[in-house]
Amino acid sequence: MRIRGLRYARGEQVIFDGIDMDIPRGRLTAIMGPSGTGKTTLLRLIGGQLRPDAGSVEVAGQNVARLRSKALYRLRQRMGMLFQNGALLTDLSVFENVAFPLREHTRLPERMIRDLVLMKLHAVGLRGARDLMPAQLSGGMARRVALARAIALDPEMVLFDEPFTGQDPISLGVLVSLLRRLTDALGLTSVLVSHDVQESLSIADYVYVISEGQVVERGTPASLRQSTSPWVQQFLQGQSDGPVPFHYPAPDYRADLLAEGS
Amino acid sequence: MTGFLQRLGATTLGVTERIGRAHLFLLHVLAGFPGLLPRFGLVMKQIYASGVLSLLIIAVSGLFVGMVLALQGYNTLVDFGATESLGVVVSLSLVRELGPVVAALLFAGRAGSALTAEIGLMKATEQLSAMEMMAVNPLHRVVAPRLLGGIIAMPLLAAIFSAVGILGGHFVAVGLLGVDEGAFWSQMQAKVDLYEDIANGVIKSMVFGLVVTWIAVFEGYDAVPTSEGVSRATTRTVVHASLAVLGLDFVLTALMFGDE
Repeated sequence: MRIRGLRYARGEQVIFDGIDMDIPRGRLTAIMGPSGTGKTTLLRLIGGQLRPDAGSVEVAGQNVARLRSKALYRLRQRMGMLFQNGALLTDLSVFENVAFPLREHTRLPERMIRDLVLMKLHAVGLRGARDLMPAQLSGGMARRVALARAIALDPEMVLFDEPFTGQDPISLGVLVSLLRRLTDALGLTSVLVSHDVQESLSIADYVYVISEGQVVERGTPASLRQSTSPWVQQFLQGQSDGPVPFHYPAPDYRADLLAEGS
Repeated sequence: MTGFLQRLGATTLGVTERIGRAHLFLLHVLAGFPGLLPRFGLVMKQIYASGVLSLLIIAVSGLFVGMVLALQGYNTLVDFGATESLGVVVSLSLVRELGPVVAALLFAGRAGSALTAEIGLMKATEQLSAMEMMAVNPLHRVVAPRLLGGIIAMPLLAAIFSAVGILGGHFVAVGLLGVDEGAFWSQMQAKVDLYEDIANGVIKSMVFGLVVTWIAVFEGYDAVPTSEGVSRATTRTVVHASLAVLGLDFVLTALMFGDE
């Protein structure tokens, strides 16, 4: 995947202002940044659900924004995406959710679909939950089912949107190593969007840190830890004091409290 | 004055743009119809959801409407000594007008609102987005079966409404008011025409089925993906679909029976 001069604005608000990125094949690339920096938007631009205002997003040599819908759908069959809240189909059971892409895109016999679904569910530790409905799952379990669904078609690329949020420590550990193992075993090109610093740095091959529409730092996890940028250090160590303000821009606190109610 | 003109212009443009979008949406959904043939189970599921589950409200309403029609018709006809025609009055009113129209209004309230809420919530919980990313077109997989299901379910519901209504009318006319049973049925048989009355009623209800379901699925698909957005879209479905049914009924009636 190659991103060049990407610019995207939502109304007046500029989300990306000339971003360049290279995401190599068969590697796990993490894209990090504070909440609200448009990490999910970036995944949607890669998946062709949004069109950039300028610049290009190339996936497997094809400019995503220029593809006609048939070609785009063909490209998406080679791509899996894990949504932030799982986005499971609520009228289908766990089993049917994972079977969904297989039923839609293949003509495999039922027996083989069953085996494949159970294998994917086993990988995320939820083979026993196959008959549950999405409403009966916890948030963390739903995300693991969604992960099984994202890899159901054995895609070449997988986009992970905040996979670690809301996981208990045990599932978190399993999930972190699962992502790494999947990437290595299947030769996946993985794009991991997250603000969970330690987990992401522990498994990523390469990291981009974005903020305010720009790539502020890039490099391997080790080089990032050595970064002299106060911004990156504040982000990595989760300090409240530093170049990034915790507060959304607001008038002076004292003046605000003393102001007459309108 | 300028402000008023500006607002008027902006509203008109907004409405026109939305109508255009709804038509493009319909074209995209219709393009998905051929793909439904090999997997008709998807449509059957929707016929069940919007048709079978609406049966109770349709049957009960039909029964009472038929009973009221018989009662009102009797009061008028008895002055002219023409109570044997009560069967014709009840059946023609139901088959030509009340069956398709009232069933469509009930359908908009019962099934239309459910469709909008369902699709709106699927959008709000990113299920439609997830389908797109799985290279499955939600317009073909989610919307098209629901639209076709509505078009098939609506005439069936209208027919059931009319049939139950006639039975209700029969109960009041023959059972309570003492109208001759032979006259009730034979006059109905002689005066109700298969093509002129029943077929036109069926066409009406198919058109209503298309329009109500179209509005419902479009409102759901176009809803702002928040709780408030889905609630507004659901309300709009019921209001717009009901108005569309009543307006279209006049146009269709004028076309079908205008030259008599």
